[in-house]
Amino acid sequence: MSEIAEKVKAIIIDKLGVEASEVTPEASFTNDLGADSLDTVELIMEFEKEFNVSIPDDQAENIGTVGQAISYLEEHAK
Amino acid sequence: MSSIRRVVVTGIGAITPLGKTAPAYWEGLRSGTSGAAPITRFNAEKFKTRFACEVKDYNMTDYFDRKQGPKMDMFTQFGVIASDEAIADAGLLAEGGNIDKDRVGVIWGSGIGGLRSLQEECFQFERGDGTPRYSPFFIPRMIADSASGNISIKNGFRGPNFVTTSACASSNDAIIAAFNNIRLGLADVVVTGGSEAAITESGVGGFNALKAMSERNDDPASASRPYDKDRDGFVLGEGAGAIILEEYEHAKARGAKIYCEMIGGGMSSDAYHITAPDPSGSGVVLVMRNALRDAGIQPEDVDYINTHGTSTPLGDGAEIKAIETVFGEAAKKLNISSTKSMTGHLLGGAGGVEAVACILAMQHNIVPPTINLHTPDPEINQELNFTPNVAQEREVNVAMSNTFGFGGHNTSVIFRKLAE
Repeated sequence: MSEIAEKVKAIIIDKLGVEASEVTPEASFTNDLGADSLDTVELIMEFEKEFNVSIPDDQAENIGTVGQAISYLEEHAK
Repeated sequence: MSSIRRVVVTGIGAITPLGKTAPAYWEGLRSGTSGAAPITRFNAEKFKTRFACEVKDYNMTDYFDRKQGPKMDMFTQFGVIASDEAIADAGLLAEGGNIDKDRVGVIWGSGIGGLRSLQEECFQFERGDGTPRYSPFFIPRMIADSASGNISIKNGFRGPNFVTTSACASSNDAIIAAFNNIRLGLADVVVTGGSEAAITESGVGGFNALKAMSERNDDPASASRPYDKDRDGFVLGEGAGAIILEEYEHAKARGAKIYCEMIGGGMSSDAYHITAPDPSGSGVVLVMRNALRDAGIQPEDVDYINTHGTSTPLGDGAEIKAIETVFGEAAKKLNISSTKSMTGHLLGGAGGVEAVACILAMQHNIVPPTINLHTPDPEINQELNFTPNVAQEREVNVAMSNTFGFGGHNTSVIFRKLAE
């Protein structure tokens, strides 16, 4: 797993209070990991801080699973 | 007033610098223990005051899971912890209890709200490059009413719900509002009290700037010394006190344990200065008279006054003068004590923990002391019994608790052993 993927997983585990085994690429923040809409906003914020990127709202809407977050950040992280 | 519904106390809870449950808090009060120690919540090296009364060994994860805990400011966490204890003590959610949750309110007090959350978010923005990255939980963590909101959400209580803010009088205002909501039939049970968690850079720095806090850094445990000649300001505390107020017939019908009755509440304003107490004490005279009238009792009926007594040079004397005015000769028969000598000043949480102190004083017939009272202040009438240094046994039938706040807010509440 890439360094970025490791960091993304760690943020999700910390912010959503879930177990590492639950954080699979297919896992949906809202359907599988118990996030509500504010949790999702916070996750995006944490990704922005950690990877020093700015994720526009229209693109943030397309980040709904662990895998989608990892691929977006692998592409955009500086 | 006889047609108005009676209100009793059926549960208590506390998380304080003396202990993290009501029984542990009482043990600290009874034994005359100071809760003051060097500040651990932040690096206070450069601050004028480097000690406070912190809740010792507090770990959020002992009470909340990793996801829910951080969404609450520490003042809300303290509120939830103390109210959980009080709710369990009252058996409100006991199996088969059959409480109508639509008739249970939460009316809480906090003078400041989530100061730590506000400060952290501002620090973080300042450290960045100007890009706003505020947490979506920042506002719900900070706003003072998040305490009553979280307590109701956790327990499903759907009655009246709000937070009162009147600085250090906040908890008593909450308790009086809870009392009135029940008396007027707007709720049958109200979880009330208050909490504060302001031992932060901005809290300590701000109160230092007001020259309101003790700077006795070489001996924190003796710094809070109400009525002592050498007092030099209050000691900042943190924590929460919760009580369950319940309509009397409702409590009897469900076979609840009843600690005592709440018989009166009084409010007044100094209309004098935004931070200084009126040295004439006239607002304090007025508030105690208002409370006694509301309770329908005479000054000589009161056994114990838990004073505001913050250990500031001006405030302590003004309150005692007011007690002499209101109680006359009966003042000499009272037990008076400031438990802030032990807990420090919990600001908006003070009335909550001090109501719990009064209720336990009545239950045990023991008056907790004013510690650190070694050199009586000649400006304060020392014929009065300040319960110096050691707890005193005494039949306590009626207890009064005073709290006053910046802004000139004065509040006084009165509890009495239940008379059938």
